[in-house]
Amino acid sequence: MRVELVRRGERSAAMAYLSPLLALLLTLIGGALIVIVWRLSTVDLSNPASGGFFGALQQGFVDYGRFLYVFFIEPLTELWSLEELVAKATPIILVAIGLSLCYLSNTWNIGAEGQIAVGAITGSFLPIFFPDWHGPFMLPAMLVLGMLGGMAYAAIPALLKIRFGTNEILTSLMLVYVAQLFLDYLARGPWRNPEGHNFPDSRAFDGGQVLPTLFDTNIRISLIFVFIAAFAAWFLMRWTKMGFQIKVLGQAPRAGAFAGFSQNRMVLLTFLISGALAGLAGICEVAGPVGQLRTSVSPGYGFTAIIVAFLGRLNPIGAIFAGFLLALSYLGGEGAQIALGMSDQTTRVFQGMLLFFVLACDSFIFYRLQIVRTPTLQTGTVTS
Amino acid sequence: MTGLMLEGILLTIITAATPLLFASIGELVTERSGVLNLGVEGMMAMGAVIGFAVAHSTGNIALGVVGAILAGMAMAALFGVVTLIFVANQVASGLALTLFGLGLSGLIGDAFVGVPGAGLARVSIPGLSDLPVVGLLFRLDPLTYLAVAITIAVSWFLFRMRGGLVLRAVGDSHVSAHALGYSVIRVRFMAVLFGGACSGLAGAYLSLVYTPQWTQAMTAGRGWIALALVVFGTWLPGRVAIGALLFGGVSILQLHAQALGVGVPSQFLSALPYLTTVIVLVIISRNRALVRANTPAALGQSFVPDR
Amino acid sequence: MEVILAGAETPAQSRQRPDSPPLLHATGITKMFGAFKANDGIDLAIRPGEIHALLGENGAGKSTLVKILYGVLQPTEGRILWKGQPVGIPSPSAARKLGIGMVFQHFSLFEALTVVENIALALSDRKSRSALAREIEQISVEYGLPLNPSSVVADLSVGERQRVEIVRCLLQNPELIIMDEPTSVLTPQEADDLFVTLDKLTARGCAVLYISHRLEEVKRICHHATILRHGKVVSECDPQKETAAKLATMMVGVEVRKLSSDLPPPQNTRTRLSVTDLSLPQPHPFAVALSHISLEVKAGEVMGIAGIAGNGQGELFDALSGERTCDRAASVSIDGKPCGNSGVTARRRLGAAFVPEERLGHGAVPRMRLSDNVLLTRHSTGDHLLRAGVLDTDAARQLADRISRSFDVRKGTPDPEAGSLSGGNLQKFVVGREIDRQPGVLVVSQPTWGVDAGAAAIIRQALIDLARSGSAILVISQDLDEVLEIADHVAVISKGHLSPSRPTSGLTREEIGLLMGGMGEPLTADRGALHAG
Repeated sequence: MRVELVRRGERSAAMAYLSPLLALLLTLIGGALIVIVWRLSTVDLSNPASGGFFGALQQGFVDYGRFLYVFFIEPLTELWSLEELVAKATPIILVAIGLSLCYLSNTWNIGAEGQIAVGAITGSFLPIFFPDWHGPFMLPAMLVLGMLGGMAYAAIPALLKIRFGTNEILTSLMLVYVAQLFLDYLARGPWRNPEGHNFPDSRAFDGGQVLPTLFDTNIRISLIFVFIAAFAAWFLMRWTKMGFQIKVLGQAPRAGAFAGFSQNRMVLLTFLISGALAGLAGICEVAGPVGQLRTSVSPGYGFTAIIVAFLGRLNPIGAIFAGFLLALSYLGGEGAQIALGMSDQTTRVFQGMLLFFVLACDSFIFYRLQIVRTPTLQTGTVTS
Repeated sequence: MTGLMLEGILLTIITAATPLLFASIGELVTERSGVLNLGVEGMMAMGAVIGFAVAHSTGNIALGVVGAILAGMAMAALFGVVTLIFVANQVASGLALTLFGLGLSGLIGDAFVGVPGAGLARVSIPGLSDLPVVGLLFRLDPLTYLAVAITIAVSWFLFRMRGGLVLRAVGDSHVSAHALGYSVIRVRFMAVLFGGACSGLAGAYLSLVYTPQWTQAMTAGRGWIALALVVFGTWLPGRVAIGALLFGGVSILQLHAQALGVGVPSQFLSALPYLTTVIVLVIISRNRALVRANTPAALGQSFVPDR
Repeated sequence: MEVILAGAETPAQSRQRPDSPPLLHATGITKMFGAFKANDGIDLAIRPGEIHALLGENGAGKSTLVKILYGVLQPTEGRILWKGQPVGIPSPSAARKLGIGMVFQHFSLFEALTVVENIALALSDRKSRSALAREIEQISVEYGLPLNPSSVVADLSVGERQRVEIVRCLLQNPELIIMDEPTSVLTPQEADDLFVTLDKLTARGCAVLYISHRLEEVKRICHHATILRHGKVVSECDPQKETAAKLATMMVGVEVRKLSSDLPPPQNTRTRLSVTDLSLPQPHPFAVALSHISLEVKAGEVMGIAGIAGNGQGELFDALSGERTCDRAASVSIDGKPCGNSGVTARRRLGAAFVPEERLGHGAVPRMRLSDNVLLTRHSTGDHLLRAGVLDTDAARQLADRISRSFDVRKGTPDPEAGSLSGGNLQKFVVGREIDRQPGVLVVSQPTWGVDAGAAAIIRQALIDLARSGSAILVISQDLDEVLEIADHVAVISKGHLSPSRPTSGLTREEIGLLMGGMGEPLTADRGALHAG
């Protein structure tokens, strides 16, 4: 007997919704293993006070319970941490929406982290060089410049791919390092605040240079951008010819060419859209929670967004839910660091594991498992 | 510039090239079987941290190297299960492997940050190491010799041995290979494991030889550069080795330029290896016939046999 | 290419089925794919030294049975006796070990590898490459299969590739050779050469299981025939004693419907599609360059382009559809309007429609619903499926339904994914999608490739009807019978050259065969004319 993967005739609608949940469940199980092994590794098993192996194991389970609490529940119990959750989810979702369009068209922009940095740089140009400008057009101008910066930077791998056939995965990723180094240079060098006591930061933005908050909270209006972008992207994909082109070219490039659609145009377009959204995320960080240009503006949002895009089924609305879950993992990681003394890298382990399981579970949308009886005769030679 | 200094620079270039060579030769074998594993960076990071941890806790560097190989293979096995058995998208799964590997290595390595490690002593080959100029090629660390040996062995295996022929056949057309009765999945899984082992070695080289210590994200994009080197070398081991030396050269020369203070901001110099990668990729992909000639035809395609 | 004319005159010696115990005896072979029975209790006995035909139309279960015998698939039930002993065949290498070899229809070759490497991969004993190369040369002389062991397969013609497959098979000293549709890629003359090789093999006691749906051929060379329909054996017979019509009826189950093209093509109508001196370089090293192609299709007529696979059909289709454009507008004209330099959408707007050879991934997106696939070719043809860039999904669904009704597309759900339809139903859909527009010009490649007889008849009839209503139809097909059946004029494509077109009536298979073998190319034009005249 063995288990085989068998292609389904049609995609399974049920599995399309179940697979992210199944993946989450598997990630929780994987997380338990990691926490328990981590606990076992920190305990000196030869010390009788630790209760030996089983004592440590028991402690591991207790730790996992606490871990689950601080990771998933605690951030939702207080207003400040909810605000924090929104602040983290905002840039992740913005980027993930753009990446979803890219991946649907089978174009691989994995350099959003760099496009975030460039968006932050170009958007900061105005408040750094014209610190006294606070008019009603200042903020919109900053946002537009941020988007243009992200677009321009994303256009580089797209144009190289179109013109020379260069692999966009590698070029977009290499450009992340270049952008981050350039940002580092600016923040330490020419754009450093002269009155900043040698800290590698720009001047703090103020007044009309920062995103206003909503209601009486710390939540900024960039949250509204998220919903606008998600709705626009959903409409584009569901109802327009452009979205149809993206899907056709992503699934069957030859059929796309037969339909008269241009692969090159779509590579550029999806890179530009995702670059613009990443640039917007970048400037919204600088003009929002961070409040100034620093040597680093994103703790890996551009990479987390890749996971969010897949977890959200490459659907802009799905990206919102997935984005909040992954934002939770940032806060949870910090919580686990404080409460259990685990490394802040826990977040990335959790994220990487989740993406793995999502991808594996996605197979069940197109395939199902079948148990097969192996034939009784197994030899190639004569049997009697 | 004195001869001694020049020799020193050449030695550091070779040291900088070695991890790139390990990782890119491993990836070359993986890609020749038709699998694109973008998780090299993650496997390297795991190799680096496990190699360091094992060497540090046992005091035996050789054991550390073995541990790193096993760690790289374990990561590769994870990738193999997801992409070959569950036929997940290889690009996305490779990214997942990188993110997971960087995270897990950080988690494991937390305890080793700032712990000094013991470097690996160089081995001189008697008689040859005293030769002028070329002598320095015979005064290297054992892992560098291993990297060169693996490169030659891979080249021999791919183009002289039956196993290599099967591997290339699977990468050219999995449908034909299956029809002839070769187990596509098994061949690919082994190629993926070999790639993982080599990435693990590359990581071990970083944390045990290149800079004998563990720091967060110490792979610094070398896994990605290794991927680019495979394209640069058009899937041929010899050209990949030349590419590794070239990149080793660029990264060392920019370090020397920084040390000398050439009046260019250090960040710009640090960006040089990455920019070089982009430029080299552009130059090589302009010549589409050259790239196409050796590109495994089934690269990145999933295979589900009819049963 | 050397064309051996003598082959056509092979004496039809009387073929007696050898009277010996079966070499391979399969009993009660059943294979389930999910709930679908691809093979249903099949019995098959092959005797040494015979050419045993396995007849059946597409989807009758021939390929499944053959894959079971070669160890690629495992039967759900049933047993196989080899020389009287029960055996299991878990893998192709086990089959080869027993003495069963196979020549595949869609070749199982590796393009990037050399001939000798391709052959080495199929052999279990590890010889040196040079020793193997000598053996290849020896066998190719012995059986008349010329091959250069060091050439890379990607550079070989289709006929040469088949030789690689056959030599690879022969080197294993098989007692049974399975051949899956071996002549479907050959010119009639190349096929004759193959038959000579087969005779040499059977003379040595080797058995051949010959899968085909070409009845004349089976009648000519086979000793015995087993006929499959819907996964079951419906008959066993001596094909030489049956008429082709009788065999066809056994294969299809009912009398094959005759096409009605009683209306003759209208005379002196206007030219709707014209190609003048169209040349295009190779798009990539493994492709064919088109050189100086000229043709005209008039309103009301069907023009056929015959030719062997890989002689530039795909490249010609792309150039006609506009998926590849050329610099000179005048090289392609639709209804008198030059459009050689405009893309596929512009050509559709001029009233042209196109059906590519490959249904899945080219003519249709497998994972998209039929209503979406309608949009693929009709988004800009005035069907009101879009309003200001916004999709009208209801209109698309209605259009998909209309096409499905008028072309009898059978589907499980109201709007299924294209990939879930059977080959025949999907082909009816992609052809119907274009005919539904009543296009002025229709270019269709391989209209009935891999389609069952019923669907093929519907499609061919629809093409003729469309032509008679005043459209110009260009059919590119490797199926010579199809071309002869529906086309009013025929031209032959060979290595990117197109022969002048000639009326189908009065043209023999042999004449077309000569053109297919390259006799119509410029250098050998005199010889071609000699034989044609």
